[in-house]
Amino acid sequence: MKVSDIAEILKCEIYAGNSLLNNQILFGCASDLMSDVLAFSQSGAVLLTGLATVQTIQTADIADIKAVVIVRGKKPDAQVIKIAEEKNIPLLGTGYSMYEACGLLYNKGLKSTMVCDQQPRKNA
Amino acid sequence: MINSQGRMHSSYTQTYKIQGGNIYNAGKASTEIKKILKQLGIDSTIIRRVAIAAYEAEMNVVMYAKSAILTFEVTPTTIKIVVDDEGPGIPNIELAMREGYSTATPEMREMGFGAGMGLPNIKKNADNFKIDSIVGKGTKLLIEIYIN
Repeated sequence: MKVSDIAEILKCEIYAGNSLLNNQILFGCASDLMSDVLAFSQSGAVLLTGLATVQTIQTADIADIKAVVIVRGKKPDAQVIKIAEEKNIPLLGTGYSMYEACGLLYNKGLKSTMVCDQQPRKNA
Repeated sequence: MINSQGRMHSSYTQTYKIQGGNIYNAGKASTEIKKILKQLGIDSTIIRRVAIAAYEAEMNVVMYAKSAILTFEVTPTTIKIVVDDEGPGIPNIELAMREGYSTATPEMREMGFGAGMGLPNIKKNADNFKIDSIVGKGTKLLIEIYIN
């Protein structure tokens, strides 16, 4: 799935990274806890979060997150947008809640990146 | 330090001073480290592990310590990060290493950190991890990630 597909599915506003909309996204992950993004995500994911701060973008950069979607209609401030541009991370915003946004992307085939040790296995 | 076969033949060392107290400063050293490792042509999976471990360590310094010196060293076989901080120290390391245990303030949590995942996550990403702490003096972390 491309960043542009995510933008369309979630009816996103694009705040940063207009030239990066063809980037491929392999997985999805969702969290307001950046600690958990660092602990459980994999490279190549889109991050859905309600946390629109500089540290969200910093975390995304460190964890090789390929795009960030701010949920619940929150607007990132100018500093956050500037850092996303500098770090070449597409920054989008959607009016959907975290739950709905995840459901819509999952329904279109975007699988989870979160690898949790305690996760129940399918057919287990 | 890279020869004609694209392999490193010497080591590279860099030190960074990390100032405690301001969460907005966290990530500068780890971003720099990530950039250097990319330039050295290190495998992206390894770079990600190093960057995450370094960032978590930086975050701990800005959240809890006064200041720290981060030493970053790359040899042909190992990436080594030592973070030596001046701070309150950790009274119970075993407890601090437990996932979910945290002494973070509400402000840190509002920034999406302080979930008690930092030290366990550093250990998870490292091939060799050591932590020493003296209460009232500071904490020293050794993080080693093997290249091959």
